[in-house]
Amino acid sequence: MNAVLEATALGKRYGRRWALSDCTIAIPEGKVVGLVGPNGAGKTTLLNLAVGLLTPTSGTVKVLGGRPAQGAEQLARVGFVAQDTPTYAALTVADHLRLGAWLNPRWDNGVAKQRIEEIDLDGHQRVGSLSGGQRAQLALTLAIAKRPELLILDEPVASLDPLARREFLKSLSEIVSEHGVSVVLSSHLVADLERVCDYVVVLVASRVQVAGGIDELLLSHHCITGPRRELDNLPTGTQVIESRHADGQSTFLVRGANLIVDPEWTIEKSNLEDIVLAYMGYSDAGTGSVTLKELKS
Amino acid sequence: MTRLVWRQLRVQSIVALGMLVVVAVVAVMTGPHLAHLYDTSVATCGARGDCLGAASAFLRNDSTIRTWLGILILVIPGIIGMFWGAPLVARELEAGTHRLVWTQSVTRSRWLATKLGVVGLTSVIIAGLLSLVVTWWGSPLDRATANIFGTFDERNIVPIGYTAFAFGLGVTAGVIVRRTVPAMASTLVAFVAVRLSFDRLVRPHLISPTIHELALKPASMGFGSANNGPFTLMPNTPNISNAWIYSTQILDKANHALSSHFVAITCPRLIAGMQSSGPSAGSSQVSGVRVPSGTQRAFQDCVSKVGGIFHEVVTYQPANHYWSLQWYEMTVYIGATFILASVSFWWVRRRLS
Repeated sequence: MNAVLEATALGKRYGRRWALSDCTIAIPEGKVVGLVGPNGAGKTTLLNLAVGLLTPTSGTVKVLGGRPAQGAEQLARVGFVAQDTPTYAALTVADHLRLGAWLNPRWDNGVAKQRIEEIDLDGHQRVGSLSGGQRAQLALTLAIAKRPELLILDEPVASLDPLARREFLKSLSEIVSEHGVSVVLSSHLVADLERVCDYVVVLVASRVQVAGGIDELLLSHHCITGPRRELDNLPTGTQVIESRHADGQSTFLVRGANLIVDPEWTIEKSNLEDIVLAYMGYSDAGTGSVTLKELKS
Repeated sequence: MTRLVWRQLRVQSIVALGMLVVVAVVAVMTGPHLAHLYDTSVATCGARGDCLGAASAFLRNDSTIRTWLGILILVIPGIIGMFWGAPLVARELEAGTHRLVWTQSVTRSRWLATKLGVVGLTSVIIAGLLSLVVTWWGSPLDRATANIFGTFDERNIVPIGYTAFAFGLGVTAGVIVRRTVPAMASTLVAFVAVRLSFDRLVRPHLISPTIHELALKPASMGFGSANNGPFTLMPNTPNISNAWIYSTQILDKANHALSSHFVAITCPRLIAGMQSSGPSAGSSQVSGVRVPSGTQRAFQDCVSKVGGIFHEVVTYQPANHYWSLQWYEMTVYIGATFILASVSFWWVRRRLS
């Protein structure tokens, strides 16, 4: 597996506070990867390190095999849409496209023009007067028209209304199918990821809790419901990710191929949101042993 | 990258160009007339024998324009530092647009170098042109004033140094403070502080002054007391054309200053005459007081007696040091600008990541 983004024991400290510490992660190439995790997990820090806006305090990070922002060539290979999609409020839409052309040797003006038409933007309009959704679309246009090999988006839809969010993700899907670019997209909303991603990385407190293809995650995780008791006689290779006990009933989210055959238990398929949320609450001490997290309701 | 910097500087450069055009139009409309007036009055005053009168009459011309141009050239460096330097990086950091521009295919070092180069050079050219126009326009007035050091920081090349420095100061403040308005305020405060302390503490030492010794003569000497103190001899400020006079002292061979005690012992008659002659005694003027005619003789005796031991020492920069001082001062400011630029480079590359 070739990694588009590979971090080893990566850490970033601000003063005495570690925004990201000892993060080891490998994101495969050719995928649309959703990076999900609670606020403060270190998603933005990780992505800013990956595009070279930040430099690591410790550890290393490689993107497409190179050190982020090492030079103009490396910068040209990675497209980035930053959080809150910053743009120059005083400049017009057309100015932004010119900016892209001036600053990027591989700039594709055809793609930029076509995208601006598709999202129905007026070139003469000042960017300061655009809606949040339009600004996000403009930022995405700039990032894709530079013809990157990897597109990194940091919470691009977090501040958008549901309609603008759907439009943006639709655009992103179209871009992916058209340009075949690898994508890493961070969000704290699983529903957003499910729409466009085919691979998910759950990051909690700088640690990767789970990483895998969405289809594979859906196949390997099951929700088990039965009378209230502990799940003690697990077959080997099966892991309990989350357990909940309420009113004489226990619910478990388990991972593993060998499922228990017991008439007392109901086994159902799980959805991505439940799986991701379970992993956000799941803590693995790193020894391989499973610690059950009880969520008393 | 250069084109982006120009696009971002569009409004500011139009404003600056407009200002330059206004100044140039005013200068071209009034300058030739001023030069003509100078040629027909001050330049030919020797023939009529009243050069002081001719000069002071001439200097009443266009005094408003002179004042405003003087103010303009003094404040332009500060304004460029505040409005061009401070926001250059700070506004990007404040709006978050650095995250957009630093992730295009241009390294942030090149981004900063281009910004500093284009905007800094433009600032310097504007200051240079403005100084050129003001220097040209004011030259008849400056010749009539015969005090080139009086307008030292408003003429020729030093405004270029001030502008480059103020710009560098603004950029560095913006990079460190990361907020436009506080960066503008700190730029102004730091620039004014540096300019004032440089004027007082550094400029007098850039070139060692000329020291001129002359014998005491009653014609160039006054007698009086400062702030109700004891009577003593006081030298008049010597009339050296276009000189910057640091001090005029009365010293003996061992460089000891003349004391009022020595005067009292040496010239008792003069003291007595002064005290009895009334009004000028007890005057609190700092400069020498013209001696009343009754005690003129006693005064002349006193000067020649004191002059046997003491002489007058004038410490000053002569007019021919003017250009060396201009170059030295500009070089110091430009050098400081390069140091500031290095600081902002280091900060942008290391501290902002």
